[in-house]
Amino acid sequence: MDRTEKLNTLTANALLDKLNQREISCDNILSALNERISQVDPKVKAYVRTGTVPFKTTDDLALRGQSPLPLTGIPISIKDNICTEGNNTECCSKILEGFKPPYDATVISKLKKSGVHIFETKLNMDEFAFGSSTENSCFGATHNPWDLECVPGGSSGGSAAAVAADEAIWALGSDTGGSIRQPASFCGVVGLKPTYGRVSRYGLIAFASSLDQIGTLTKDVRDCALLMNIISGHDPYDSTSVDAPVPDYSQSLTGDIKGIKVGVPKEYFVKGMDAEVKTIVEEAIKKLETLGVRQSQVSLPHTEYAVPVYYILATAEASSNLARFDGVQYGLRKKSGGDNAMIGMYKKTRGEGFGEETKRRILLGTFALSHGYYDAYYLRALKVRTLIKQDFDRVFADFDCIVTPTSPTPAFKIGERAQDPLSMYLSDIYTISVNLAGIPAISIPCGFTKKGLPVGLQILARPFSEEAILRVAHAYEQATEWHKMRPNL
Amino acid sequence: MKYETVIGLEVHVQLKTNTKAFCGCSTEFGKEPNTQVCPVCLGFPGSLPVLNSLALEYAIRVGLALNCQVQEFTKFDRKHYYYPDLPKNYQISQYDLPISKDGFLDIELEGKAKRIRIKRVHLEEDAGKLIHEKNTSLVDYNRAGMPLLEIVSEPDISSPQEAYEYLTALKSIVQYLGVSDCDMEKGSLRCDANISLREKGTTALGVKAELKNLNSFKAVKDALAFEAGRQEAVLNEGDKVIQETLLWNEQKSETFSMRSKEEAKDYRYFPEPDLPPFLISAQKIEEARSEIPELPAQKKERFVKEYGLSLYDANILVADKKNADYAEERLKAWGTEDKKPVANWLIGPLAAIAGNNNIQISQVRIPVEDFLELIDLVENKQAISNLSGKTVLAEMFSTHKKPAIIIQEKNLAQISDASSLGGIIEAVINENERSAKDYRSGKENALMFLVGQVMKKSRGKANPKVVQELLKEKLSK
Repeated sequence: MDRTEKLNTLTANALLDKLNQREISCDNILSALNERISQVDPKVKAYVRTGTVPFKTTDDLALRGQSPLPLTGIPISIKDNICTEGNNTECCSKILEGFKPPYDATVISKLKKSGVHIFETKLNMDEFAFGSSTENSCFGATHNPWDLECVPGGSSGGSAAAVAADEAIWALGSDTGGSIRQPASFCGVVGLKPTYGRVSRYGLIAFASSLDQIGTLTKDVRDCALLMNIISGHDPYDSTSVDAPVPDYSQSLTGDIKGIKVGVPKEYFVKGMDAEVKTIVEEAIKKLETLGVRQSQVSLPHTEYAVPVYYILATAEASSNLARFDGVQYGLRKKSGGDNAMIGMYKKTRGEGFGEETKRRILLGTFALSHGYYDAYYLRALKVRTLIKQDFDRVFADFDCIVTPTSPTPAFKIGERAQDPLSMYLSDIYTISVNLAGIPAISIPCGFTKKGLPVGLQILARPFSEEAILRVAHAYEQATEWHKMRPNL
Repeated sequence: MKYETVIGLEVHVQLKTNTKAFCGCSTEFGKEPNTQVCPVCLGFPGSLPVLNSLALEYAIRVGLALNCQVQEFTKFDRKHYYYPDLPKNYQISQYDLPISKDGFLDIELEGKAKRIRIKRVHLEEDAGKLIHEKNTSLVDYNRAGMPLLEIVSEPDISSPQEAYEYLTALKSIVQYLGVSDCDMEKGSLRCDANISLREKGTTALGVKAELKNLNSFKAVKDALAFEAGRQEAVLNEGDKVIQETLLWNEQKSETFSMRSKEEAKDYRYFPEPDLPPFLISAQKIEEARSEIPELPAQKKERFVKEYGLSLYDANILVADKKNADYAEERLKAWGTEDKKPVANWLIGPLAAIAGNNNIQISQVRIPVEDFLELIDLVENKQAISNLSGKTVLAEMFSTHKKPAIIIQEKNLAQISDASSLGGIIEAVINENERSAKDYRSGKENALMFLVGQVMKKSRGKANPKVVQELLKEKLSK
């Protein structure tokens, strides 16, 4: 059926309209997705463990007919680090092999309560979200749907690639230093990292607790607003989630951005930046001006420290968060004989269970927290983090939003940076400050390079001002066609 | 002794909240292994801690009762070490901003008061329990995540006996606050001790040893005494004490080394990012203060003043709050100004019954009015002898009968009239001619022997005062 075949290409909002008109059934959507996945995922490899868990389909048209929940029948795909009760959640790490959480993450419970159908098969990622290319996965790399030789970005590369390749209607990812926005930019989709505390982290397997935030990867801004309406809000099970009212984000998509004041940080347009990306982003800013925003140059003077500060704080927290993976209770266990079988088990399990990048980060973080180094590294980094946050506070005193490129380059080739961690880390220079400051930011498609790779525009705002971001992003989207482009697969 | 002993104690008290420190699991003791657990206390990936506000309030109460400064701004930290009973391989604890610090506890030693300074009181989570079997080790996580209060003293304790008194006083206060059972057998109170020696007159601290596996207050005292002796011997030999952790072996009554501090651990403390730092408001502190009952020291003072008790008697009665309440109910209900008889009966015969039955004074179930009636019968009315009184009390405890009925049934009424006692006295004098002679020849002691014989013959019913008078009268003839 031609009609159902294309359902996988539609947005959640468009599918809801069709479901409400009773034009289609929930099962039609799942069938379309399944078919698409079986066609393109062998090339894209966005999903993991596809061999072991069949995609479940469900005929809940009858259910919808009776008393549908707001989103009954809309499927969602989930990154491999968000717990779903009873199915594998392994952070794409060998050490969590076979781990089936006994509980749902708060965001998953919220989605289920809205009727959203949770895909059991999860999306690829860099192991424990450590990476910017989705190459550090124990299941192998995901390929960029726009150029299969390129990376999709990371760590939520599976989420971004699946949405871009129409293998998912929309997806959840997580963002610690750009892990939603950078892959969204590389894959030409919309990716939002909410304010720290806006969305519950309960059930998100922690990378760096003070930076992690669950967010959305969608085909357009309207879907982003819809998904944010569901997953936002205070959670008594997460002490870092904030008890602030959740607006109806869809209401913020007015299309009117006249008079909105936008700052463009000079520190973000410097050497090392891809010339094409620079031009495309500058064009996008001009476009915003034609839509009525007032832009001027601003300064975020501590930008250059963001990457080192991030790699101290994030690895320190990661070294602690990952201490629990020891083979005692769950996941991989490698037994050891000898005099001290317990220490032996720890060493073998962690030695074989963690990948190279994970080990590198655990060692970095352990060092930063060690006696005698704590003050010089961790404590100092915390202080600079405050300075970075104050940079933003100053700009936001006068501006509604900040606009920047999402990443200094378009997607790079698979393997190109894998052996050079520093060049990989620099892929996140425009996204990391946002996490350090705890503010929200979105990446939306704003053009393509000559080689046909997508480029993303990043829009930042004050804490809990997702509405401002969504309004600007939506207005831009309405005036452009970038979000409608699809890769040839 | 050339050296003086320097001791500091680290006490862990398990708080009596219904749920664990950072999750909703029950804290009930003695349940099937791994039945009181959830993703949070098991440290499952993705789970997050949420502070139990009652545990925080209890911690504030203890801080206040120990005269500490409750911190306005506080936070939790992660303390890292690998062990299978620690689900996350870090413990949520407090490092540089404990809930309260800089307090003191006054103890009494041979009638003299001594102040022991309290360094800090902080809140943390407990670990699980390892069970070692022949070829395998098992973990029970029921205890993991239980709220613990760590109370650290300054090294102000200068003898094993002082350590014992400190622990007794601390336990008493914490129990009064109602925040912990402080039951060492159930592990709701645990104690580690640091001990070092230094030459008398010097102020620098010597090299310390840390004592662990101390399972009773007595063990703390014994282990410290042993260790002080061991360190003294080492120093007298001209050797140096090495810094190490020692375990107390109760059977052998000696310490043995667990690990030396050279392999000291780096706990890599850092602020717990899952629990934001928080403020303790003045209002919250005042609320906690209002929940603090009269503490043992104040109660003791009041008992001495209000009931005219000796310091010694008051000390015994106030050590346990339930005992103190039990005693006070009876002291208050006693109609006469002089409360001494009631105190004597509580500390004497009643405590003896409790001791014989292995229960607390407060668990001796005898109604207030019956208890006081008995005392009245013995002390004021002299209806029965003191000795019979004890028999009656024991009977009251086991049969729950009224004292008057027991006296009647057992025929224990005191015989005070001369005519009834005449025969027995006659007989005793005849049977003990020698003693009678001794008395007549001036040996006063002989009279008491004869009184005793009459008491025995009357099966304790004779009024000893009357007997004494009658005997004197008879023998002087």
